Amino acid sequence: MGLLLLAPVLIPVFAAAVALLWRNYRVQWWIALAGATGLLLSAIAILVTVSRDGIQVVQLGNWPAPFGISFVADLFSAIMAVLGGIIALAVVIFSRAVVDRPRVRYGYYPLLLILMMGISGSFLTGDIFNLYVWFEVMLMSSFVLVALGNERAQLEGALKYVTINLISSTIFLTAIGILYGITGTLNMAHLSVQLAESDQTALVTVVAVLFMIAFGIKAALFPLFFWLPASYPVAPNAITALFAGLLTKVGVYALIRVFTLLFTQDVGYTHTILLILAGFTMLTGVLGAASQNEFRRILSFHIISQIGYMVMGLALFTPLALAGAIFYIIHHIIVKTNLFLISGAVHRLQGSYQLDQLGGLYRSRFALAVLFLIPAMSLAGLPPLSGFWAKFVLIRASLEIDRPAIAVVALVVSLLTLFSMTKIWAEVFWKKRPQTTVETTGITTRIWRQMLVPIASLASLTVLIGLLAEPVFALSSDAAEQLLSTQEYVSAVLGGVR
Amino acid sequence: MTILLAILIGGLYASGLYMLMRRSIVKLIMGLVLLSHATNLLIFTVGGLTRGAPPLIEVGATEPATPFADPLPQALILTAIVIGFGVLAYAVVLIEQTHRSVGTDDSNNLRGIEGDL
Repeated sequence: MGLLLLAPVLIPVFAAAVALLWRNYRVQWWIALAGATGLLLSAIAILVTVSRDGIQVVQLGNWPAPFGISFVADLFSAIMAVLGGIIALAVVIFSRAVVDRPRVRYGYYPLLLILMMGISGSFLTGDIFNLYVWFEVMLMSSFVLVALGNERAQLEGALKYVTINLISSTIFLTAIGILYGITGTLNMAHLSVQLAESDQTALVTVVAVLFMIAFGIKAALFPLFFWLPASYPVAPNAITALFAGLLTKVGVYALIRVFTLLFTQDVGYTHTILLILAGFTMLTGVLGAASQNEFRRILSFHIISQIGYMVMGLALFTPLALAGAIFYIIHHIIVKTNLFLISGAVHRLQGSYQLDQLGGLYRSRFALAVLFLIPAMSLAGLPPLSGFWAKFVLIRASLEIDRPAIAVVALVVSLLTLFSMTKIWAEVFWKKRPQTTVETTGITTRIWRQMLVPIASLASLTVLIGLLAEPVFALSSDAAEQLLSTQEYVSAVLGGVR
Repeated sequence: MTILLAILIGGLYASGLYMLMRRSIVKLIMGLVLLSHATNLLIFTVGGLTRGAPPLIEVGATEPATPFADPLPQALILTAIVIGFGVLAYAVVLIEQTHRSVGTDDSNNLRGIEGDL
C-alpha cells in the first residue's frame, strides 16, 4: 500500500524527469500521456482500496505520526485524486492539437506533469505544512504555465495571478505559524485532537478565518475572486481548462478539509461566514458572466459562481449537504474542464474567443455543437444531467435545516447560468458566422479527432454521472460521513498514539 | 525579546502591505519580500524563544534536558525561505519581462485583456 499511496505524486514527477530528456514534441507527448494514464490508474487503485479497506495511511520515512509527515487517503482525497487523473489525461490528449511547438520546447509537458504532482500531493497529504509545500509546487509550475509564450496579455495576467497567490501563500503560512504556536503540531489528525481540547477558542477562530482567507483566495471565493477572470483567460487554452477544473478546486478541497477536520469548535461563527460568502460568490459570479462577451471570460466567471455551490455545501455542514458538495465537485470538475476544452476547440476552428466574431458551428461542426450542449446544460442544472442532481441535493439539504434564503439564491443563479449558456449557444453555434472573420487553416481530421476524443469522453462521463447518480451519490455520502466523523481519520493516522 | 520581535514583525507586515498597495510593480515585489520575512520571523517567534539551549541529547540520555529550543520552527522557516527564494526569483524575471513588453512600472497602466474593465 505504501508505494501505491505515493504513486499519484511519484508517477508525474518521474514522467516529468523522463520527458525533460527528449526535446522532440511527439516523444514528450507520449511520455506525458503515459504519466497521466499512470496517475489516473494509481488514483483509481487508491479509491478502490480506500472504499474497501477504509482510510489508508503512509508515514514517510517510517517516522510515526505526529512526528513525521503522513500521507492519508480517505474517500474524499481519493475521489479528488481520481478526478485529477481524469482531467490530466483529457488535457494532455487535447494539448496535442492546440499547444504550439515553441511552448512544448520550453517544457510545457514537464511543467504540466509537475503541476499534477503538486495537485495530487495536496489531495493526499495529512500534514498542514506539507500542504503548504504542495501548494507551492503547484503554484510555481502554474506561474510558468500561465506566462508560457510571453504574450503581452499573458504577462499582465501572470503578474496578477502571481501576486495574489503569493499573498495567499503568505497568509496561509502565517496561519500555520500561529497554529503551531497554539498546538505545537502540524499533523492534521493530531491538530484535530489538540484543537478540540484547546481552550483558546478566540485565537483558534482567528486562525480559522486566516485559513478561510488564504484558501478563499485560491478557491476564488467572494470577495477574493477578482484575479481569476483576469488571469485564467490569458493562459494557453488547454492550460486554462486544467486550471479551471482543478486549481480552484484544490482551494475548495483545502477549505473542506480544514473546516471539517480542524476548525469545528465554533461552527455557528465560521460556517455562517462561509454560508454568506457562498451566496455572494454564486451571485457575483453569475452576474459577472452575464455581462461578458468573451467565451473564456464567461466561463471563468461561471467557475466563481460554481465555487459558491461547493462552499454552500460545506457551510451548511450536514452530512447531506457535504455529500452534495462532493457530488458537486465531481460534476463540476468534469463539466468545467470540458467547457474550456470546447472553447479551445472553437478557438482552434475560428481563431477567436469574442462571441461576435464566432458563429455557424452548428452547421459546420454539428458534433461539437451537441457536445457543447451536454456540459452546458449540465452546468445550468437541467435533468437528467449530473448538474441537476448536484444542485438538487444541495438545495434539499439547505431546506432540511431551514435555510431557504440560500436555496433561493442557488435556484436564481441556476437560472442565470442557463441564460449565459444559451447566450454562448446562440452566438457561437446557432447564429450565422460574420463575414469579416479570418479563416484558420490546418484542421486535419487527425487534429479534429485529438480535440474531439477528450471532449466526447468528458461529455459521456457527464451523462453517465447523470444517469448513474445513485452510486455516485452513495460514494459522495460515504465520503461526507467520513469527513464528519473525524475520529475515524484521527485513529487511522495516529493509531494508538494520542 | 518576544515583545521586541512582535513589534518588528508587526512593522514588517504593515510596511509589506503598504508596499503591496503602491502602484509601482517593483515596490509590489518589495512588499512581497517584506511579507515573507515577516511570516518567517512570526513562525520563529510563536514557536517559543529559548536561548542557549540546543536540543541535543546527552550521551546516555533518551531526551534532551528541558528547557530546549524547538528545532521544528527553524526547519519550517528554512523550507519557507527556500520556497520564497525560488518564487521571488521567478517574480523578478516576470516583472522584468512585463516591463519590457508593457514599457511601464505603473500597475495602473496594465490594460489587462481585451474587454477588461
